[in-house]
Amino acid sequence: MPELIAKTALSDKKPATFAGTTLAEADPGPVASIALFPGQEKALAKALKPMVFPAPNSFTENGGVRLVWTGRDQAFLIGAEPPALDGIAAVTDQSGGWATLTVTGPVAAEALMRLVPLDLRPTFAVGQAARAPLGHMQSVIFRTAADGFTVMVFRSMARTAWHEIEVALRSLAARAALI
Amino acid sequence: MRLTCPLCGPRDRREFYYYGSEDYLQRPGPDAGPEAWDDHLHLRDNIAGEVRDLWYHETGCSQWLIVTRNTVTHEILSTELVADRKKKGVRA
Repeated sequence: MPELIAKTALSDKKPATFAGTTLAEADPGPVASIALFPGQEKALAKALKPMVFPAPNSFTENGGVRLVWTGRDQAFLIGAEPPALDGIAAVTDQSGGWATLTVTGPVAAEALMRLVPLDLRPTFAVGQAARAPLGHMQSVIFRTAADGFTVMVFRSMARTAWHEIEVALRSLAARAALI
Repeated sequence: MRLTCPLCGPRDRREFYYYGSEDYLQRPGPDAGPEAWDDHLHLRDNIAGEVRDLWYHETGCSQWLIVTRNTVTHEILSTELVADRKKKGVRA
């Protein structure tokens, strides 16, 4: 078996800053989907400790590892290899399947709200997550800081997502320059 | 038009895919005979008033919903997860 070099979807892209807001790719490490089997809530809670399985539309964090809600009885474990969950949950490796982007800065929410039909103003608080369309792309969006979001899209959509967010940031910067 | 996904909250109609009447959940048994299957696949009521339909939250949480709405007033009366219905033991 040859040694293959793992590359993220946008490894050739340098972080881009417009209107003080930076679009960058993040390398989240391993990503695994954890889909609970019916009636295994308690067993899962025990097996995941110290992580906590997130409530819908939220994520939990422990020592840089995140568990992000992605659907009914389903969450993505990001940043660590999953524990053994035989008979408790279906675990599938998603690491190569998603591109992860971060948008950080004063107009991060404003830029994303041009593409995502959600209210991402501060009512969408740190710790909240959502499954929502980014343009026509299915995505996972969560707020990691007052001015910072992480956006996950299918890897095949990485460049489109980057382009769309960059255009949104550019137009906000252009508008700010006019005033 | 907005639909309230029981998991995601109120969302725009464009996030959803419309499938058809809730009747599609009432699948006849394998021995039910051609008339029952014909009814199941093709015969629908065309109701002016309350209807129960299946919608798919395609660009959200990927859940099937049963949406009760009124075709006269366009009022959305309720949304529920098909999965929850199964949990409650309703034949689906």
